[in-house]
Amino acid sequence: MADENKPRVRVPKTAKKGEIFEVKTSVTHPMENGSRKDKDGNVVPRNIINKLVVKYNGKDVFGGDFGTAVSANPFLSFHLKAEESGKIDLTWTDESGAVFTTTETITVEG
Amino acid sequence: MPMSRGVLCALAGFVLAVFSCPGPVVAGESGVASPSPVDAAPHIDAALAAPRIDAALAPYIVGAKRSGYVYALPETRAMQDDEIMNPGFAWVERGRGLWTEVEGANGKSCASCHGPVESMAGKAVSYPKWKASMNRPVTVERQINFCRVAAMKAEPWEHESPQLLAMTTLIKQQSRGLPMSMADDGPMREWIDRGKALYFARRGQLDMSCKHCHDDHPGEKLRAETLSQAHVNGFPTYRLGWQGLGSLHRRLETCYEQMRAETYPLGSDEYVALEIFLTDRGRGLPIETPSVRR
Repeated sequence: MADENKPRVRVPKTAKKGEIFEVKTSVTHPMENGSRKDKDGNVVPRNIINKLVVKYNGKDVFGGDFGTAVSANPFLSFHLKAEESGKIDLTWTDESGAVFTTTETITVEG
Repeated sequence: MPMSRGVLCALAGFVLAVFSCPGPVVAGESGVASPSPVDAAPHIDAALAAPRIDAALAPYIVGAKRSGYVYALPETRAMQDDEIMNPGFAWVERGRGLWTEVEGANGKSCASCHGPVESMAGKAVSYPKWKASMNRPVTVERQINFCRVAAMKAEPWEHESPQLLAMTTLIKQQSRGLPMSMADDGPMREWIDRGKALYFARRGQLDMSCKHCHDDHPGEKLRAETLSQAHVNGFPTYRLGWQGLGSLHRRLETCYEQMRAETYPLGSDEYVALEIFLTDRGRGLPIETPSVRR
């Protein structure tokens, strides 16, 4: 179960220059809010994804700071403008310091 | 369109009256009498009574059987239909990882015998299935563990463990869209009857049976919930209330808890019998695994 928290991302393979395209992404994460107790009554420490950074060819294009109100297995969709072919990197960081990354490629035509 | 014209005339009369237009305005001047409320009533009734069924829902309705998908909100349906939005697909992907993971004394993975997971296409529709060697019916979960113990010489996975859920979801997902068609002859008949008896048995402090909600009141509200017909074609399902994926047996356990009844252990013969009865009852509905429900 090594890919426990592997984010799933959907980016169109190709886009026309200047086109606005949608990126959909979802990551499997329990988003422990710190108020739940385990079977023995011990508090389960808070561990939520608190940061997402999206880079398009190394340039910051989207991001967010998450709080406890975000559900488990968060899903996000956002729009980007196709400027040039290249890589879209998504980096999620949780409070335990774990980092989940994915890289998608997009080809911009015309 | 006599009625709409009549309504327009009446509306025009209203507007003119408000602006104190000189002279009397008669709605029937155009030669069409405005409909009385009594005339309008059958039309409204017909509109309300007409089933508001979207063509997109057609695959989820077989005769009088309606999958839980039909009762779900459009937002929940959209979530199920999109592979990225549907969190259940995370379990499918985990299952894919496990499919090729070598475990046990025989040094085998699922793929060693079965090849690619696509070979499982259409297999799940006939489950639960009678297994003569064990002299009992087996669910997909039990068949997975049978393979792990007999062929791989590995430890069986616990019911509701993330691994067993992931593998069950992966295998059932290979049959997505295919109608459930479990065998109902021979020894399976006895198990269907056993499940049926459980389905209609009153239980718990509320003294209810499954039938009292799912046969008598599907589509109606139970507080904020919409009751469904209790079909099993979407399991394992991602329940928004659980914020996770769960098996049918977990759902049955939840129902028993809500009836304030004693529950059975997950994977017990009682739940297997209920699963068999419910699979027979929902025969023909397409497998939706992993479905998304509230």
